[in-house]
Amino acid sequence: MAQTNRYRPGDRVRVRVDSPTHHFRTPTYIQGKQGQVVALCGTFSNPESLAHGGSGLPKIPLYRVEFPQTEVWAEYHGPAADTVLVDIYEHWLDPANQEVR
Amino acid sequence: MTEAHDGHQHPGIDGDDGQTYYARRAQAIEALLVAKGICTTGEVQLAMEQVEARSPADGARVVAHAWVDAGFKTRLLSDPIPALAELGYALAETTTQLEVVENTDEVHHLVVCTLCSCYPSTLLGRPPDWYKSLAYRSRAVADPRGVMREFGLNVAEEVKVRVLDSTADLRYLVLPRRPAGTEGLSEEELAKLVTRDCMIGVTDALSPVSMASSA
Repeated sequence: MAQTNRYRPGDRVRVRVDSPTHHFRTPTYIQGKQGQVVALCGTFSNPESLAHGGSGLPKIPLYRVEFPQTEVWAEYHGPAADTVLVDIYEHWLDPANQEVR
Repeated sequence: MTEAHDGHQHPGIDGDDGQTYYARRAQAIEALLVAKGICTTGEVQLAMEQVEARSPADGARVVAHAWVDAGFKTRLLSDPIPALAELGYALAETTTQLEVVENTDEVHHLVVCTLCSCYPSTLLGRPPDWYKSLAYRSRAVADPRGVMREFGLNVAEEVKVRVLDSTADLRYLVLPRRPAGTEGLSEEELAKLVTRDCMIGVTDALSPVSMASSA
């Protein structure tokens, strides 16, 4: 199956901000945040389709993305090195350099 | 209904009264799946039995083996499903993948599922109730060090804390650090130091000293 993985480990990405009416697995707290791809977890059936009786196809790449805690929570108390890792499906990610901030 | 026996009275156990909305919903979904021929009642029971048959003791056995066998540890961290099969755990049939993350002197991992209660139940059995609580799910990700302190674990400032939010198709198992002073222990003795909580990452493995003082 022709499968293109848009991102590679090391790439900087930003999570899309969206609240679709269907089921989705991208936590709200991480939306809009910038992080770094640390791994391609594989390709999986799309839960946004599966949850509503769909086939889940085509399968989509899932990435493990690491975010600095201080980027995610404005009032994070711990050291700057602390991170949170979230598994995010490809269609929820944009290259971080698309927007400069 | 009230029944008298042994010289006192109390209400009889009346099962249906305690049925929650979710229990009734689960039964309705199961009945529909069976009626539509998607699965059989036997398959549902088998799946339940498989989860119930697992316990943190299974995870502890895996961790202790990784502590004593460096080659196994490397295989467990790089490709856990075949490695677990070496110990007789056939997880390949399950739909969710497992990832094992190692706690070291430099990095400490903590696992949470902020969306629901995703948990490596194919290896550890059912998650503890607190793991599914809104308090843990919301606080573990925003204040992991504070949560771990409440479990009695102070992670040093120079150790990086990585929270793993298992939102999707992977489940995470923490490989805790082997406690100091355990060089002479057998694999079976080491497994007794591996608690459910240290495989979630909210604590370290027990030290032989704390085991001795609590015995």
